Formats: sequence, C-alpha cells, structure tokens
Amino acid sequence: MISTLDYAILQQLWWIIIAIVGALFLFLTLVQGGQTLLWQVAKTDLEKTLVITSLGRKWKMPFTTLVLFGGALFAAFPKFYATSFGGAYWVWMLILFSFIIQAVSYEYRKKPNNFLGSTVYELFLFINGSIGILLIGVAIATFYTGSNFTLDLYNRVTWNYTLLGINLRGLEAAFSLFNLSLGIFLVFNARVLGAQYLLNSIDLSSTPKLESKLRKHTWNSFLIALPFLIYMVICILFMKGFNVDDAGIVSLVSSKYLSNLLAMPHLLILLLAGIILVLYGVLLSKFKGSHKGIWFSGLGTVFVGLVVLCLPAFNNTAFYPSKLDLQSSLTIYNASSSHYTLAIMTYVAIGIPFVLGYVVYVWKLMDSKKLTKEEVINEESY
Amino acid sequence: MDFDLTMVNWARAQFAFTAMYHWIFVPLTLGLSFLCAFFETIYVRTGNKEWRAITKFWMTLFGINFAIGVATGIILEFQFGTNWSNYSWIVGDIFGAPLAIEGLFAFFLEATFFAVMFFGWNRVSKKFHLFSTWMVAIGSNLSAVWILVANGWMQNPVGMTFNPETARFEMQNFFEVVFNPVAVSKFVHTSSSGFLFASLFVLSISCWFLIKGRHLKMAKRSIIVASVFGLLSSSFVAFSGDESAYVVAQKQPMKLAAIEGLYKGETTAGLVAAGILRGDKQPGDGQDPFLIKIKIPFMLSLLANRSFSSFVPGIDDLVYGNEEQGIESTASKMAKGKTAINDLAEFKIARKENNNPKADLALARFKKNQDYMGYGYLDKPEEAVPPVAIPYYAFHIMVALGTLFPVLFAAFLFYALKDSLTRESLKKWLLPIGLISGFLGLVAQESGWVVAEVGRQPWSIYGLLPVKASTTNLAASNVQITFFMFFVVFTLLLTAEIAIMLKQISIGPEEGPLK
Ligand code: HDD
Ligand code: HEM
Ligand code: HEM
Repeated sequence: MISTLDYAILQQLWWIIIAIVGALFLFLTLVQGGQTLLWQVAKTDLEKTLVITSLGRKWKMPFTTLVLFGGALFAAFPKFYATSFGGAYWVWMLILFSFIIQAVSYEYRKKPNNFLGSTVYELFLFINGSIGILLIGVAIATFYTGSNFTLDLYNRVTWNYTLLGINLRGLEAAFSLFNLSLGIFLVFNARVLGAQYLLNSIDLSSTPKLESKLRKHTWNSFLIALPFLIYMVICILFMKGFNVDDAGIVSLVSSKYLSNLLAMPHLLILLLAGIILVLYGVLLSKFKGSHKGIWFSGLGTVFVGLVVLCLPAFNNTAFYPSKLDLQSSLTIYNASSSHYTLAIMTYVAIGIPFVLGYVVYVWKLMDSKKLTKEEVINEESY
Repeated sequence: MDFDLTMVNWARAQFAFTAMYHWIFVPLTLGLSFLCAFFETIYVRTGNKEWRAITKFWMTLFGINFAIGVATGIILEFQFGTNWSNYSWIVGDIFGAPLAIEGLFAFFLEATFFAVMFFGWNRVSKKFHLFSTWMVAIGSNLSAVWILVANGWMQNPVGMTFNPETARFEMQNFFEVVFNPVAVSKFVHTSSSGFLFASLFVLSISCWFLIKGRHLKMAKRSIIVASVFGLLSSSFVAFSGDESAYVVAQKQPMKLAAIEGLYKGETTAGLVAAGILRGDKQPGDGQDPFLIKIKIPFMLSLLANRSFSSFVPGIDDLVYGNEEQGIESTASKMAKGKTAINDLAEFKIARKENNNPKADLALARFKKNQDYMGYGYLDKPEEAVPPVAIPYYAFHIMVALGTLFPVLFAAFLFYALKDSLTRESLKKWLLPIGLISGFLGLVAQESGWVVAEVGRQPWSIYGLLPVKASTTNLAASNVQITFFMFFVVFTLLLTAEIAIMLKQISIGPEEGPLK
C-alpha cells in the first residue's frame, strides 16, 4: 500500500518526519538549556546536585534524537547528508565535539578520582549548551540564507568560501546576523525550557532560592530570546528566497518565504500558536507560580520548530540552497533516496508512534514523583 | 582521476582510530548489559539482597563504560558524512537505512530504559526495573544488528543496482540487505564475542578481588555466572568464527588469501596454524611468503569450501588471473572498469546536453562493463591486494586467543563448582591468568576488526568502490586537525574512564548485604 504512494508524496512525508524529529530535538534541548543555567541558579552543592541529577536523567534524550535526526537524513535525503556534513565540515564537527564531551560529563562529574575535576565536566556541559546549540541554530539558518557549495555532474561537493586564504568549510555561516540570531534564539529558548523543566521536576520546597532563581531566569532568558525571534521573523518575511520553477530552475525571488506562509496558512497558524504557547508557558512560570509552564512552552517550541523546518522545504523551495551556484541547490525532490528506499523507510516509520509511546510512558513513570533532597542524598545522583 | 591520497590516508586513520576506540567500550556494553540482567534476575527471583548488591556493583561499571561508548559512537555516524561524503552519496540509498533504523529502534530503547535502570530502583516496581534492565541489554544488541547489517553490506554488497541517471547505487531489495549472509555471520560472531569479552571482564575483576582477598563472596558468585556465560559464548565464538571464515572465503576471496598469507592457490590447501611472513614478499615474485610455518594439511580447503579437495585461490591467482580455475585477472577487470567510467562520463555529458541518442549509445556500452567500474579507479593490479601482514597476524592472534578462552572458562567453572577458587595454589597460576584475560579479550576484539576492515582494503564497498574514491573533497589539513582533536579528547576521556573505573573497583560493592 505504501509502496504504491506517489514518489513526491513520500518525499514530502519524509521531510515532515525529519521536521518532527528536529522539532522534538529543539524541545529536548531543555537539557542543554539547563546545563547553561547550572552555574547561575545553583549555588550550594545540594542545589547543584539536584539540578544535575534532574537533567542527567534526561541527557540521553536530546543526544539520541540528534543521532536519529542524522540517521534519518542519511536514509531519506542522502544528498543533503553528503553535501552538508561533508561541505560545512567545521560547523558539524564542532557540534559533534560539544556532544561528545557532554556524553561523559554527567556520569563522571561526581565520581571519585575522575581525573579532570568536576569543574571541567561542568564546563563541558556549558559548552555543549551554548556553543553546541548556537551552531545548530546557525546550521539550520542556512536553510534560509544558503551555503557556498557547488555540485558536479556526479554530485561531489566543492565548498568555496575563503577568508585570508583559508577555506572556512561552513564556519562562515556564523558570520551572518540572521544565522546568529537563530542560534542565539535557540540558546535562550533552551534556557527558558531548561528552567521550566527544572521547576517541574524538582521538589523545590527545601531550596526556595533555587526556585526563585529558576523563575527569574525563565523570564530573563525569554526577554533576551524575544528580540532575536522578532528579528528573525521579520527577516524571513522580507528576505529573498530560493524558488524552484516547474523546469527545476532555481532563482532568487523576493519575499519568497512570506508567500510560502501565505500559500501554506496552516504553517502560519502553527507559528502563531507556537509563539502564543511559549509566551503563555513563560507567563505561567513567572507570574502564576506554576510548575506546568514547560508543557506549554515545550509544545510551542515544537510548533515553531516545525514551521522553521518546513517553510523552506515546501511550496517549490530549495531547502538547502547554494549561494555560489543556484542550480546546485537541493530540494526535497532532488536530494532524496529512491522511491523504493523511501517506501521501505515509511514502513519502518510506522514504528515511530510506538517508540514515542514508550518514551512518554517511561518519562511519566519516572517523573511522577518529584526529585527530592532526600533522594539525591540517599540514593543515586549525578 | 586524481585523488588526494594524503586526505584519504588521514581519513582512514581517523576512521580506524575512532572506530577502535568505540570498540573498546561497545563489546563490554553488549555483554555486561546481559550479565547485569542475569544478576538482577537472580535477585528478583530469590529476593536476596546480596544479589542486589552484586547487580549494583556491576551496573556502576556498566554505566561508566556506557557513557564513553555513546560519546565515541556519535562521531562514527556523522563521519560517513563529513569525511566520506562521496561514499555517503553513492550508497546512501542503501547504507543510510540501517543507520536510521538503528537510531529509531535500538538507541531509543537503550536511552529510555537506561534512566530507569540507574535511577528507577525506588521509582518503579521491582519487576519493571528488571524489565528495563533487559530492555537495555536487548537495545544494545539490536544496535549491533543494524550497524552490522550496514557493515556487512560494505563487505558484500547485495540487493541493489547502479542507477546511471543519478550515478549512484539504489536499493532493490531490503530483505536481501538485512539477511545478507555476511551480515548474519557478522552479527552472531560479533555479539557473541561481546558476551565473551564481558565475561572475561567480570572474571578479571573477580580474580583481582580473590587475589587481594576482598569481597570473596561476590567474586565467587560473579565467577560462576561469568564462567557459564563465558563458556557458552566462547564456544559459540569459535563456531561462528569458523562460519565467518567460510563466508569470507565465499564472498571475499582476496581477504581470505591475505589472512592466510596464501599467494599461490592450491587444491587440498593446508592451513597455516602459525608462521612468520617474509618482509619483502611481493605478489607475483615467486618467493615463499613464509620464513617459518606450521601447516595443518587440507584444513584450509575444508575451512574455505567445506571440502578437503577444493581449490582455494591465492593472491597471485586473484591478481594475475588463473585460466585453469576460471579466475579473471585484475588487469582485465581494470580495463573494463576504465571503459565503464568513460562511458558513464560520456553518458552524463550527453544527457546534460539533451543529446539522447548519444546518451543511449553510451549507456548501452556502459551496461556491459558496469560491474567492473570500481576496478577502473585502481592504478595498478597490485593495488587490489590489502596489506597482507596486518590481517594475517591479527587473524592468527584472534584465533589463538579464541582457542584459549573456552579452556580458561572451563577451568574456572571447574574450580568454582568445587568451591576451591580461594585455594592458595590457584593464586600462582589460574587467578593471574584470569586477571589479564580481560586485556587479552580486548586484544582479540580489536584484532577481529582489523581482520575485517584492513582485509577489505582497498575497497569501501567490496569490489565496487575503492576507499580513495569515497572521500569528501576536503583539504587534508582539516582532517588532520580533527584527527588530533579526537586523539586528545578521546585519550583524556579514556584516561578519566580508567581512573574512575579502577577507583570504583577498589571501592567494591556495598558490603552491608554481602557480609
Ligand atoms: C573476543 C573476541 C574474538 C575471538 C576470540 C574470535 N573472534 Fe573473530 N572476530 C571478532 C572477535 C573475536 C570480532 C571483533 O567480533 C569480529 C570483527 C568483525 C566481525 O564480524 O567480528 C571478528 C571477525 C572475524 C573474521 C572476519 C570476518 C569478516 O571479515 O567479515 C573471521 C574470519 C573470524 N573473526 C574468525 C574467527 C575464528 C576462526 C576464531 C576462532 C576461535 C575467532 N574469530 C575468535
Ligand atoms: C562504525 C560504525 C558505527 C557507528 C556509525 C556507530 C554509531 C553509534 C552511535 C551514534 C552511538 C551513540 C548512540 C546513542 O546512544 O545515542 C553508538 C553507541 C553504541 N554502538 Fe555504535 N557505531 C558503530 C559501530 C558499532 C558496532 C560495530 C557495534 C556493535 C556491534 C556498535 C554498538 C553500539 C552500542 C551497543 C552502543 C551503545 C553505547 C555503548 O557503546 O555502550 N556500534 N554507536
Ligand atoms: C567498531 C568496530 C570497528 C573497528 C574497530 C573498525 C576498524 C577500522 C579500521 C582499522 C579501519 C581502517 C582500515 C584501513 O584503512 O586500512 C576502518 C575503516 C573503515 N570502517 Fe571500520 N571498524 C569498525 C566497524 C565499522 C563499521 C560497523 C562500519 C560500517 C558500518 C565501518 C566502516 C568503515 C569505513 C567507512 C572505513 C573507512 C574507509 C574504508 O576503509 O573503507 N567500520 N575501520
């Protein structure tokens, strides 16, 4: 049944799946956001242990989602995988390094005889939450601003952007105001989510200072994130975009993404709903003394993430555009796997709801009791 | 075609380095997760707090190992894109699928239940906790399934065709890819070798406790469980190793010739049990490849083809051809391959110029030789030979250790059942051997992969795509820098891991219940 679906439908479906995985990743960056808050909100050893233990129970989630994001792109859009990872080499390498050092930090930070000392592991966590997320934002932003590559007849990528004679291999993307804005927005949005998650998961009755700091940082991080979001949205509405015509020719068209939004009003609704939900969650956390803000802001983040990833891919748009050679740009139609592979992968994707189901079930089971002071003192903690 | 060989070699070094690091931790995860599940099952069945303490002790070590295993894994997955982007594009249609499936079905299972395993002791029921531990074990072994399907496909590409329009390979039959005989034999051999290695690890640490006279009760109990598991898995490793060699002989004759140092093919070929290779031996020079050797008659023919009298081709036969046995020379394949490459280029250009008649002609010519295309990238026939000494010695080390381990486990089981492991005389011989056996296990592990991967050279996709044509168009200096970054970071992390691990071992289990 699936194998009889139109090729184009499968290609679109797979971009939506990728966008969902990516958007869920953005929600899960609450772990990274929490990591950057550690030094600011937790002053005593107990507070630190509470924060790290609470985050530590979830650290594998964003990590594994990132791995899945990569794997799904490889399977469904191998040309993108090859072009972007091989081309924008340094952006991806630095992102990966930041996740490598994160992976050991929770487990090793407090263990006796840990060789580097707990401060270094905390620094690793901070780097992952700041530089790592910033660069992920920069990488996503190139879906809008384009990159400096060409593909030859055999689709081999050549990357051409030099500064002082050095080919920056993707790092130049960090010099664009728009790209940086998306990165900074993600970093501070992750901090909002991180603070809200901690408010939700820790029993704060014995650490009132921690609670007030978390509420304060939810609000402050939101205030910092907001102007970057507004700037980004305005840019997106008015910037030129990479249009693909019926013959497959790519050209720059003004207000392309605005017209995409108008052509796909459901995305517009999703965007507005997302922003309102984030705002509502933040207000709950700041003014209502609520612990539930994370669910609203989290869902809002997922919505915004979906829009950010879908807007440059649909409605005859090139999602991975080349600034150097427009015709090398990638679309979901020219970068995908074969019909057969996409169909097989779609059968595989039927398992996604099942996986999501047990992830949510176990998450709820584990978080049904809040993390208490007694637990981290008497039992396992990070 | 020109290749930047400096870049190629740095990229190879980087893959080898990072994969070998990953492989320090992964086999332990594969096996220790099951051992933890065994220990915990005994605890839940008996309700005996002592077993709970034993479970928790091994679980702590598991967690320390797991974290760094994950850290070293993420880079491998993305390295296909960063350093081998041409490879990723040409075979992504097939190769990407198992990686995605691995992420979805294996890594999430691990990630989700890992948190319960470590923090759920008082948050979920005993039964659900046990279930979670089993899920982690199953999840990690499922990840082995899928990554080995991917690797098996590189060794023996099946279930796809080359599409000249897109100039890449495309999947035709998913089930052929999954049930590829190489993937199957790889999975059984590799996962059982992980069980074996983890059993050796438990054995080593327990021997240390016995030698030091500490935590005797835990050490003895752990040894019983580990020797049973180890005896079963080491026997299975030997059995599946033999099967692996058979599959290699069928699918990758050049690799088999290299791991046996066989230059001149023979009927009723003998197996070299041990021997020293001549350093200056070159294909086709007629020298005896060995300085000294001990040979078991007929065995190689039996191993390779399941028949005493069969012909096993040697390196010279495969490079220079052997008409009698119907083996085509590499030079002839190279000539066809170069024709195919040219025809493909002509086809691509004609298509671009919309000259369809010309394109069709070129395509028809290309189809005749397309299976040899990979050979067209080779510069000389001898390039088709892997560096023989490395897989040869690695193979012999692995097999020697593989014959030792079952004996070792049998000995431990024997003394454990007689409850005489604490006997003084054993401290002189058996316990020290047990103590270093974990390290020997690691040597066997890494050797196995060296056989598999170095023996595959010069191909990324066996017979279809040489390594040098797989890379990213990237200045070598980039790869060099990241190589050293990995070198520094991984070495720091490994040092930390060992320091923490040793400390946790010396702290030992919670003594309360075990007193
Ligand atoms: C404790 C580890 C260990 C031990 C004792 C053995 N092996 Fe092994 N072997 C591995 C661990 C391993 C491995 C690391 O798991 C490899 C690497 C790739 C693979 O498929 O498994 C491997 C690969 C490997 C290959 C190459 C497969 C390929 O290239 O596709 C062969 C032919 C054998 N083994 C044969 C044997 C034989 C005949 C053994 C005799 C008892 C043996 N192995 C013991
Ligand atoms: C060279 C190819 C390989 C790649 C690309 C790769 C990729 C990865 C990645 C991305 C992770 C982290 C996953 C996560 O938890 O989020 C990981 C961990 C893991 N990998 Fe690999 N891997 C490779 C080789 C292998 C092999 C050969 C096996 C087993 C036969 C294996 C088994 C595992 C296991 C069990 C883990 C869990 C963590 C641990 O090591 O303790 N991997 N791998
Ligand atoms: C984890 C265990 C593994 C180890 C220790 C290992 C070891 C190695 C070594 C030593 C090399 C260098 C060979 C040479 O250039 O002479 C290599 C290359 C490579 N391996 Fe593995 N390998 C492992 C698993 C895998 C798996 C599971 C895959 C694929 C799914 C894989 C894919 C590659 C690739 C793409 C290269 C580089 C290019 C090439 O030589 O084809 N490896 N590996």
